[in-house]
Amino acid sequence: MPTGRLVKKIIMIEFKNVSKFYDDCAALDKVTFGIKPKEFVCIVGRSGAGKTTLLKLLLKEEEQSEGEIIVDARDISKLRKHDIPIYRRKIGSIFQDFKLLPNKNAYENIAFAMEAAGRTEEEIAVDVPQILNLVELTDKANNFPAQLSGGEKQRVAIGRALVHKPDILMADEPTGNLDPLHTWDIIRLLCRINELGTTVILATHDREIINALGKRVLSFDKGRLIRDEENGRYIV
Amino acid sequence: MMKGFKRIVKWGVKNFIRNGWLSTATISIMVLTLLVITVLIMVNVIANGVLLNLEDKIDISVYFKLGTSEEDILQAKTQLEKLAEVERIEYTSQNEALITFKEKHKDNPVLLQSLDELDSNPLEASLNIKARETSQYASINQFLESVHYKDIIDKVNYLQNKGVIEKLSKIIVDVKTLGLVLSLGLAIIVFLVTFNAIRLAIYSSREEINVMRLVGASNWFIRGPFIVEGLMYGMVATMVTVILLYPAFYFISPKISSFLPIEDVFSYFKANMFPLFLLLLSISLVLGAFSSFFAVRKYLKD
Repeated sequence: MPTGRLVKKIIMIEFKNVSKFYDDCAALDKVTFGIKPKEFVCIVGRSGAGKTTLLKLLLKEEEQSEGEIIVDARDISKLRKHDIPIYRRKIGSIFQDFKLLPNKNAYENIAFAMEAAGRTEEEIAVDVPQILNLVELTDKANNFPAQLSGGEKQRVAIGRALVHKPDILMADEPTGNLDPLHTWDIIRLLCRINELGTTVILATHDREIINALGKRVLSFDKGRLIRDEENGRYIV
Repeated sequence: MMKGFKRIVKWGVKNFIRNGWLSTATISIMVLTLLVITVLIMVNVIANGVLLNLEDKIDISVYFKLGTSEEDILQAKTQLEKLAEVERIEYTSQNEALITFKEKHKDNPVLLQSLDELDSNPLEASLNIKARETSQYASINQFLESVHYKDIIDKVNYLQNKGVIEKLSKIIVDVKTLGLVLSLGLAIIVFLVTFNAIRLAIYSSREEINVMRLVGASNWFIRGPFIVEGLMYGMVATMVTVILLYPAFYFISPKISSFLPIEDVFSYFKANMFPLFLLLLSISLVLGAFSSFFAVRKYLKD
């Protein structure tokens, strides 16, 4: 059995009795779990199970009502206001609705995240084409989101999420708006990113994906963590 | 720091161009605001011109009894000039009054002949007094009525004109107050309209603002380009306004001058175009930047 100190060291993200209430309704109810570095974790559950709330809390888009969230040994509720953007840059995030900036083309959407982080023009000029190459969109660099397919938009979003070389990649229903072909494109890309050393948290309610992946699965129902299994399957 | 500033300006300009229709709509509203402000300024200038013209027509004349020595009259003039209310005094001697009278009635031989038959000049010497403010004639009149001058003054035409002077004085004060209140009221309304137009333009970008936050952009990096856009609305709107005003004043000016006793409005506009441009530019820049700042703030919680 590892000592407590060692456990602390190898856990990257830790939720301790975290609850989130909207009025009197609990979106998350006393949730406790930990995620190790380089892990691929699937979060499953029906709509309203609390998957998105959990990710919003992790990204500090919202504050938990109770409990502690520790990321890299730091309680994120104690982050100062001006440290929040810096914290967010450590987490790459992708969403079902892509959340691209409509007035910026694919290249600019990725470059914007780097500019916001204060990276130099030289770094941007080197990194963005590399990222575009990784997500296979080099030929669509000048296309605006409205000129891209759903799968391409999601790949731009993944490119943008990766540009900070984040420790954690958080994906909230990334395939929700995609056809099966593009869905597997995206999932394969997430697996590759994970193999390269990034912790991936994938929230989805797609049974087929979860069962095919064979990764760790956290199952949620009505805001409560009901199952935590290695090589888990979708059973909700 | 400089790098961030450059990027903020770059995105502000790019967004301004890429949001073509939204920018055009916002600029149009701002142009309307600036036009209203200019019209308010010009109406005030014209109204002041008309009022000054009217005020200039008001004065009082003091007539001195025949036989009063010029020395006494000039002494009275010196005393009057010491009054703070008095702007200027013109002295008309008996001889000058006679010359003016003859000149005025040169086509009336009967009147001139009867004047010749008189042994002495029947016209009285007078002082024509112009006050700084129309409302000050009453106190000047009071001074003239003092015991000191009672013996040499024959009449003061203030009493005959008193009603007209008081009425005009009241109208002038009322018009000025009303003009100020109306101008302020209208200015506030047009400011609010523009503020709302910019708020609506930014409302359409609220999702974008949220995305920027999620990818780790700092509040200033998000807010900056919107402020730059606001400043650009202001700059373009000011230029459009001045370009529109030039021909407008050129055509309207003769029409205004034909029925109002004022000088050419177009020349006034031309002479003051640069200060007006600066004034409109500062108003629109402040309005653009201020509106953007507050509109974005709403979507930048934490």
